[in-house]
Amino acid sequence: MKLDLSVLSGLTRTDAAADRVVPPAGFTVRLTLFTSAAMAFLAVFALALSLASGRLAQSWGDQLARSSTVRISAAPEEMAAQTAAALRVLETTPGVAAARALSREEQQALLEPWFGPDLPVDTLPVPQLIDISETSEGYDSAGLRLRLSAEVPGAVLDDHTRWRRPLVAAASRLRLLGWVSIGLIAAATGAMITLAANAALAANAQVIAVLRLVGATDAYIAGAFVRRFTLRALLGAAVGTVLAMLGLLLMPGAGEAGGFLTGLGFQGWHWVLPLLVPPLAALVALGATQAAARRVLGDLA
Amino acid sequence: MIELENVAYSYGGGELLTDISLNLAPASFHFLTGPSGAGKTTFMKLCYGALRPTGGHLRLFERDVTLMDRDAIALCRRRIGVVHQDCQFLDHLSVAENIALPLVVSGQDSADEQANLRELMGWVGLTGRAEALPPELSGGERQRAALARAVIMSPDVILADEPTGNVDWEMSQRLLKLLVELNRMGKTIMIATHDLSLIRAAKQQVQARVLRISNRRLQLAGADL
Repeated sequence: MKLDLSVLSGLTRTDAAADRVVPPAGFTVRLTLFTSAAMAFLAVFALALSLASGRLAQSWGDQLARSSTVRISAAPEEMAAQTAAALRVLETTPGVAAARALSREEQQALLEPWFGPDLPVDTLPVPQLIDISETSEGYDSAGLRLRLSAEVPGAVLDDHTRWRRPLVAAASRLRLLGWVSIGLIAAATGAMITLAANAALAANAQVIAVLRLVGATDAYIAGAFVRRFTLRALLGAAVGTVLAMLGLLLMPGAGEAGGFLTGLGFQGWHWVLPLLVPPLAALVALGATQAAARRVLGDLA
Repeated sequence: MIELENVAYSYGGGELLTDISLNLAPASFHFLTGPSGAGKTTFMKLCYGALRPTGGHLRLFERDVTLMDRDAIALCRRRIGVVHQDCQFLDHLSVAENIALPLVVSGQDSADEQANLRELMGWVGLTGRAEALPPELSGGERQRAALARAVIMSPDVILADEPTGNVDWEMSQRLLKLLVELNRMGKTIMIATHDLSLIRAAKQQVQARVLRISNRRLQLAGADL
């Protein structure tokens, strides 16, 4: 199917007489406006979801890839000695940028979401955690495990690999699903507008017969319908896009909670991307109506 | 301008017209007659390219119709004014807009053309009905509006299919007078009608050739007309 983009220049033309040859209104107007608005609304959300998933995958990947934890489980009287031994091992391990034992308060803060703020950490057999920051080269985790098992029997190294991979994979998959959704939305928009254009063309068979009688070319007749549907789709999509952007603006910001849903909006220059949805919807409508017009005009010949 | 050479037209397995040969010369005046269902409208549609012959050769302005696409035929049709019995208007447009429709679709709706439109509406006696909608017109007014629309592009040929079918005698004479005037301006006219009194009246005003479709063939009508 060849898309005739020359009609784009005609979209901005002020030709009241040419626009009036097709009877106004009808349910196809409302159908096209509503479909375009609804699809644009969904497309903007799918776009936001996809971009947020991408950011999340990147963030999780970066954060988890550059940090790891040593957990020391030992009797209370041996805890300090084992912690010091583990820190000594880590300080001499290539690829470890920094290693720091978490304070009692920090460990309490980690447990707070599950046990509440009044947790008496002192009375619980909570292991000591050591937070490790890696250099960009990283360390040899197998070698470090061997050294720790030899020098600090109660230490367990967690390099987050088993957490990281499925999380990053899930976020990446979510991003892909977002883009697939946008593709499906574009296809559904095209299908709906094709149906509406077919209905409008079939309902105006008599108008088309009169236009042909007075010497109108197929391009002129198709143009009258294409122009109308394209502008309707553009208008509907603009309304849907604005509503979706307002909805995203009203989402809670990514503050302290910092969770996935609170970061669903656009960030930075990504706010420009939803503005592409209305022209893309108009382009889809243009192609769909051109194809429908070509087919119906051929059938009516 | 319009040449038919052994033209045949079949539809649904049956041959409606066969072995039709005719050359519509410039400034000629033709009547096409024959009983209802003889194929007058089919013949007229062939002449303005709405139908394509299934046999023989049909040339519009020296171009073979079988070699032309729809847009090329549409461009040819701007040189052929067509008047139908049922007129075929766009009911959501005013009478003036309907008459100007050929100008609009051909991109010629300039200020000069708008002046010509007013003059033309005066010529067919519809000046006061410019803003009316087609359903508000009487039968005679509709036919005159259809004639005005057919001639606004100053076509070389005017084909009128039963133009007086829905009007009284007085109005049919008025329409005939307009068509005779157009012929005197050099236009080629062909009128399909089964109204023999109209043909007799026309022959008193203009030299007209009368053709008859009978048994799917085109013949010169006899002297009884």
